[in-house]
Amino acid sequence: MFNDILNDDFSSTKGPKAIPVTLSTRIRLARNLREFPFPGRAETSQRRAVLTKCMEAMHDIKDLDSSYAVEVDDLSELERQILVEKHLISRELSDVDEASGIILSKDRNCCIMINEEDHLRIQVLQPGLNFSKVWKRVDALDSNIESEVSYAYDGDLGFLTACPTNLGTGMRASVMMHLPGLVMSKNMDKVVNAVNQLGFAVRGLFGEGSDASGSIFQISNQQTLGESEGAIIERLDKTLQNLVRQEEFARKKLLQDDGRRLIDKVSRAIGSLKSCHLIQSAEAMDLLSLIRLAADFKMLPDSYRSTADRMFIEIQPGHVQLAAGKPVEPDDRDYLRASLLRQKFAKAPFVKTDG
Amino acid sequence: MKCHQCDKQATVHLTQILNGQMHKMDLCESCAQAKGVTNPENLSIGNLMENVSDVPEGSGSPMTCESCGTTHSEFKKGGRLGCEACYHVFRPVLDPLLDGMHAGNKHLGKIPAGSKSRVQFEQSMSQLRSQLQGAIEQENYEDAARIRDQLKELESKEQANIEG
Repeated sequence: MFNDILNDDFSSTKGPKAIPVTLSTRIRLARNLREFPFPGRAETSQRRAVLTKCMEAMHDIKDLDSSYAVEVDDLSELERQILVEKHLISRELSDVDEASGIILSKDRNCCIMINEEDHLRIQVLQPGLNFSKVWKRVDALDSNIESEVSYAYDGDLGFLTACPTNLGTGMRASVMMHLPGLVMSKNMDKVVNAVNQLGFAVRGLFGEGSDASGSIFQISNQQTLGESEGAIIERLDKTLQNLVRQEEFARKKLLQDDGRRLIDKVSRAIGSLKSCHLIQSAEAMDLLSLIRLAADFKMLPDSYRSTADRMFIEIQPGHVQLAAGKPVEPDDRDYLRASLLRQKFAKAPFVKTDG
Repeated sequence: MKCHQCDKQATVHLTQILNGQMHKMDLCESCAQAKGVTNPENLSIGNLMENVSDVPEGSGSPMTCESCGTTHSEFKKGGRLGCEACYHVFRPVLDPLLDGMHAGNKHLGKIPAGSKSRVQFEQSMSQLRSQLQGAIEQENYEDAARIRDQLKELESKEQANIEG
């Protein structure tokens, strides 16, 4: 079963086909059980009790039928890295040694982490921009779990979490967005500032600092107290729809003002992917971003958008090593990554222009 | 650009706006790592700037949660609370922090079904109490008596539910 998950290119095979601009929508809820210290403060025996209690609570939940459950310490380091790269678990959970667990639904769109920073991190994701569907599912799941266990909750402060930044709703709603138009037109700083002022955070694909390789950004709410889930989502959704329009506008303008340069960039990206022999992940991400953009512009067949999305994950260090079947040094990884990309883009057509 | 913490070259640049005020911070790779910046779930510039230490310690006696043993200095250092009871113990130092962190200081979201009746009871009680206060202030004793009866009735109903 676990091998299925590791080898699964779920991001493109499940649900609707990959979508321009918004890659995926995610909501996670942080919850803790009453009468147990939060994981960071708990003894191993208490963490184990929480793990058992939570695993049992999931048993009868219909949405989690035939889900996959595992304890983190039963996974190898590489397996944990793969789950992090797939955005299924957090880096923090992958570092935990004892008494932590993961429950992954059959469709892979719902993942529950047990004993991460909080006892429960319930998350649901979905391709494209679709907060209402994701909220409905995570809300129902949360209510079902709550009928089995008792949550730490205060009438004034809401759901109590280990870190006060999650207090209240315990909700983090986020999307992954591909914004090459705003990046190329050098508007991203302005966008980050504007989005920040609304209380939303902008990060790179894997969250690290402000690194934005591949022009993929994760945008999420920062504040969790003083506003209802619905109000937070509505505000975020409005902002994101606006952002999609800005991105579309920036792309149109790029094509109008400097179309030749754009076509040059895309064509070179195709050339590089077809012929690279050593490539680091950051460079590969930037090339894949151009492929995705080319598919949006219909310069490449639609299927290359999904290929790019799949490759964003498969070129990550853990995935390259998984494909190799063994741990691989960085230099060799660059070689294997290049081979994979050459093979995937061998048949990619070059962009035709009239002139 | 130099790191905010040491003199190394800063490679991580953070900008966050809290309550309309912009906070900027530049960090080198290792300081960013040490401060947990690489883990987005934990990221809060409030923690990074150690605003927590600006909060008065009350009467000078260090606060400690009797339930889980978390001390005020541990909370200041790590920004994490240890258990439910901590929210009660550290409330005086927490409140000013929450003001800077969130849109408000009262939960307006989902109420778990298990707590729903209790929360609703408390809401109705406080509503009636303020109505009672208003009636007394306006010397409207007829209404006051009626509201007092409602309060009593609500309380005995809740008691019956609990014992139920």
